[in-house]
Amino acid sequence: MSTVAFAVIAILTLAAALAAATLQKLMHAALSFAVMFVGISAFFFLLGAEFVGLVQIFVYIGAVAVLIVFTILLTRDDTGKVRSFNWGGVIVAIAVFAGLVWAIAKTKSLPLTPSQIEPITVQRIGELLMTNYVWPLQCVGVLLTAALIGALILVMEEKS
Amino acid sequence: MTLPILLVISSGLFCIGLLAALSRRHAIFILIGIEMMLAAANLNFIAFWRFGPQPAQPTGMMVAIFAIAIAAAEAAVGLAMVIVVYRHFRSTNVDQLDRLKG
Repeated sequence: MSTVAFAVIAILTLAAALAAATLQKLMHAALSFAVMFVGISAFFFLLGAEFVGLVQIFVYIGAVAVLIVFTILLTRDDTGKVRSFNWGGVIVAIAVFAGLVWAIAKTKSLPLTPSQIEPITVQRIGELLMTNYVWPLQCVGVLLTAALIGALILVMEEKS
Repeated sequence: MTLPILLVISSGLFCIGLLAALSRRHAIFILIGIEMMLAAANLNFIAFWRFGPQPAQPTGMMVAIFAIAIAAAEAAVGLAMVIVVYRHFRSTNVDQLDRLKG
């Protein structure tokens, strides 16, 4: 696996995430959010989980990013530009990051090389979804239906 | 590419998401931050699956697929709530949603 590609993807992903978190304009932040998900999908491709990477691109860039852009356009907030930024959040985030990095550095037995595997085919994933994971699959189906109905009921105009 | 570097990258993503969720005032930024944290968790699942002792069993991949589906449902309902809040308050600034404050 190419180290250069890995470094480029890592820098791209983290920079896009930082831009999505800190940019002042909402639309720019939403576009950086999409770029960040391209980077995460590239990580999945590098790690040999091609199907998950494709699902990530379809779901996040195809659906969630478009949904966020639609919501931004529907909720133009003109009531005074609020520029307040809570610096307490920065301190908490840096503290959590330091704690996580400390825990990773302290752990001795992390494997350094990936084990050799056969590529996982989509057929295999489909078979597993229909056998071992059939109950979670049904539950996710019910959850998605409930989310669809709930979102529709939430945004329905109330008849007076 | 080693497991500790991947873990540091995903903790960095998680903390940037935490930063967005904690310090921004706009409701959509909070949702973006939550999605970022979920994506970092997915990256961890995939990394541990790939570097783990039994990569022939795609358990980590399955968990990541289900997590993506649940995150999509959460984003849909959350954005619908943002639209409802905007209709009621004409604002998406979460600091102004203090009607339950005593």
